Amino acid sequence: MKEPAGKGSENMLQQLLQQVKNRVAMPIISSVSDRTINVPQDLLYRCPRCGGVILMDDFVHNNRVCGECGYHSRLSAPERLALTADPDSFIEYDAGMTSCNPLDFKGYPKKIEQLQKATGLRDAIVTGECTIKGQPCVIGIMDSRFMMASMGSVVGEKIARAFERAAERRLPVVLFAASGGARMQEGIISLMQMAKTAGAVSRYSAAGLLYITVLTDPTTGGVTASFASLGDIILAEPKVLIGFAGRRVIEATIKEELPEDFQTAEFLLEHGFIDMIVGRHEMRRTLGHLIQMHTREGVSGLGE
Amino acid sequence: MANKMTAWDRLQIVREKNRPSAADYIPLVFDRFYELHGDRLYGDDHAIAGGLALIDELPVTLIAQVKGHTLEENKRVNFAMPHPEGYRKALRLMKQAEKFHRPVVCLIDTPGAFCGIGAEERGQGEAIARNLYELMQLKTPIISVVLSEGGSGGALGLGVCDELAMLSNAVYSVISPRGFASILWKDSSREEEAANLMHITAEDLVELKVAESIILEPAGGAQRNPKLMASNITEYLRSTILKLNKLPIDILLQRRYDKFRLVGEYME
Repeated sequence: MKEPAGKGSENMLQQLLQQVKNRVAMPIISSVSDRTINVPQDLLYRCPRCGGVILMDDFVHNNRVCGECGYHSRLSAPERLALTADPDSFIEYDAGMTSCNPLDFKGYPKKIEQLQKATGLRDAIVTGECTIKGQPCVIGIMDSRFMMASMGSVVGEKIARAFERAAERRLPVVLFAASGGARMQEGIISLMQMAKTAGAVSRYSAAGLLYITVLTDPTTGGVTASFASLGDIILAEPKVLIGFAGRRVIEATIKEELPEDFQTAEFLLEHGFIDMIVGRHEMRRTLGHLIQMHTREGVSGLGE
Repeated sequence: MANKMTAWDRLQIVREKNRPSAADYIPLVFDRFYELHGDRLYGDDHAIAGGLALIDELPVTLIAQVKGHTLEENKRVNFAMPHPEGYRKALRLMKQAEKFHRPVVCLIDTPGAFCGIGAEERGQGEAIARNLYELMQLKTPIISVVLSEGGSGGALGLGVCDELAMLSNAVYSVISPRGFASILWKDSSREEEAANLMHITAEDLVELKVAESIILEPAGGAQRNPKLMASNITEYLRSTILKLNKLPIDILLQRRYDKFRLVGEYME
């Protein structure tokens, strides 16, 4: 993906600015004043939270966590899976499922097709079975690259099936949530996926099984208002955005500036809506332990 | 259906100032209503009224989003945009209905759940999610009726039910047409085009199997004859309660789960 060097400094500056703009255009918690940085783009990462600039190599080696403020930036589903599941343990569910166009919305199928090519995914969630630190579970990972991981029919159906299969096999469910909310292009059908997924959690839970949600950047809208808020244990990554309504919508409604930490993981912890904030480097071990503490073998075999 | 009305036409009817709200229907549809207040956790949200009502001698738990007619009234009910405590009050009363084997009737009429600092601090997302989760397993019949406007998750928080009915001009959508145009086309002035494309009318929702019934409005809209409208609502509720009350609870819950489980279009 590296750009060829020596295109002329003006061109390079333009690209760099564009990249900074792209990063800043993501839903962010505090807007950071633009700074001009006179260095090739792939060498640096600019944190959308603190505005800090760190070496891209350091950032990537740090599992895409900002070394300055600890913001846990977005991961693709394959990256997340590689960090979470035991090697070669993953078996994917419903790998071929893809969206229809229920409202005949112009441009929707094309957009899906382009994103499928660009990301290698079929839609905004990957589900399947794996082991985490040897503990078998059903796992779901949302990927914000795919239409900001909005929930349409495919996301709803894959989540419902994941819970139904987990109930049949009596397995715990670990779900990494990330979403901009409902998939607008699917209209009311996308809204109904909230009821479908919350209903699937409800049935699964009635069977006495463990559901852990991990809220990642950003978890908002209809996903916050359904399965993401319903875990027996709710974890979140540091500094990520979690909320129901968008920041700009709220600002427009109440015509006030919002507090700096509004809708961060830390804000939610303070207000009692999540159980723990867990850093990426501790996540795998934490999940392994939490699952193990819910198995019949219990804590006897618990490692470090 | 003589001359085909567009979604936009219906939206204009629904937005008329004198359109009856839940507060107008309650005394016409129910023989008695004792309002019960508060969520026992934080406060009493006026955007959602709830309580004990009688319809044909039969006690039901009534939950209603209440719009006002004047600015003063609307300030009091926050334009029917509930806070988390509204959804939690609704859930408290629905659990009470389950305990006493009463059917639940929800009257939906909201632009959406409120977006504000307090709403976020008190967990708007969690409150709605919890209602979806609990309502799916509530062991008593639930009937929801969209009176005018069903706005997104704010409506769905009272919309997980055994049967959903729409008044014939009512709309129900994932986002307002204006919001849809603004997000997808970056142009909120294309509201009318959005409304006509989004499949938000009663007929659309029956076709998509999101709603089961349409309650006919008087010609020109419910506002032309609120009494007639109220009697149509009463008739619908009466027959639907009778029908649902006959179903064993396990069958009722399976039907409810399947109703939502089957909504969605995908290819494999």
